[in-house]
Amino acid sequence: MHEMSLCQSIAELIEDAARRERFQRVRTVTLEVGRLAAVEPEALEFCFEAAMRGGRAEGARLEIVATDGRAWCLGCGREILISRPLDPCPHCGGGQVQVTGGTEMRIKALEVE
Amino acid sequence: MCTTCGCGDGHEDHPQGHAPNPLAPWSAPAPLAHGTRLISLEVDVLEKNDRYAAANRAAFASHAVQAINLMSSPGSGKTSLLVRTIEAIRGTRPVAVIEGDQETARDAERIRATGAPATQINTGKGCHLDAEAVGRAVATLAPAAGGVLFIENVGNLVCPAAFDLGEAAKVVVLSVTEGEDKPLKYPEMFRVASLLLLNKADLLPYVDFDVDFALQCARRVNPGLTAILTSAKSGAGIDEWLDWIERGRPPRIAAVR
Repeated sequence: MHEMSLCQSIAELIEDAARRERFQRVRTVTLEVGRLAAVEPEALEFCFEAAMRGGRAEGARLEIVATDGRAWCLGCGREILISRPLDPCPHCGGGQVQVTGGTEMRIKALEVE
Repeated sequence: MCTTCGCGDGHEDHPQGHAPNPLAPWSAPAPLAHGTRLISLEVDVLEKNDRYAAANRAAFASHAVQAINLMSSPGSGKTSLLVRTIEAIRGTRPVAVIEGDQETARDAERIRATGAPATQINTGKGCHLDAEAVGRAVATLAPAAGGVLFIENVGNLVCPAAFDLGEAAKVVVLSVTEGEDKPLKYPEMFRVASLLLLNKADLLPYVDFDVDFALQCARRVNPGLTAILTSAKSGAGIDEWLDWIERGRPPRIAAVR
């Protein structure tokens, strides 16, 4: 359950941005989450609300945008898109795939006032 | 409707100075309320941890310290394996240990009994070590130049995988009293590791653990994963594990303090 620490990082990054960009309140936080990131969106939403309390993003809406999981198939040597860590290659059905992207989690944008 | 921000203002577009909506290419955003603006941040959520990790990595490099992050579920025998490893390395290279647990200093005490310096981090409710806590522990511990620093993470196969500590390598320990399919159940941990230690190998005659199947599961998640069968009790695989550590030894720097 590291979603709480992730949300605390989000809260800190928002306060940093507020000092830089001079805003008072955050309405929406848009978070880009890779499909292969080891986070549970529901847990993230639950922790988000708690972690934002008392800060500029208290009560803000969390918008999660999923990004593709990317991998390299060792069987057919192609770059592939997968949505879960253990998905087989959609072309050859092989199970030997090396994840190359889609494990990241970024704050994409903030809607502020 | 405004085609730039989607506000229901009636006009075709805002006359000027209306920043293009950065959300547009990848989602259909909710209309912006008047009086609000969009700030494009593009910052990694773990950015702060990663900055501390980079500082740790630079500090390790400047002292030629080889940091190894040991991770596993609770009870896989990490601490016993470390005690055995320290006894084998001692005399050839300096060794220091950072112990991570939610509570108690018991593991650090076990390590200190071998004569190696150790610092305990208690994470309290936290389920993993982060780079900032490790940085503080390193400052207290001051590991000797040219040595090995083992960081024993909190016993947990999920969260520690996400946090870079500035280590040179992540090692995952799986004991033969656990299920062979753990790599499939906790893929992220086995994906980020560069070495798998299959521990408690002395118990293999007494348990139904299929080593080949376990390796198959691990390599399904991480095709290039190296594995060594180890036992803290019998000493099996310890030499191979020490060779692996030695191969990752950072170049000795002339000007180390």
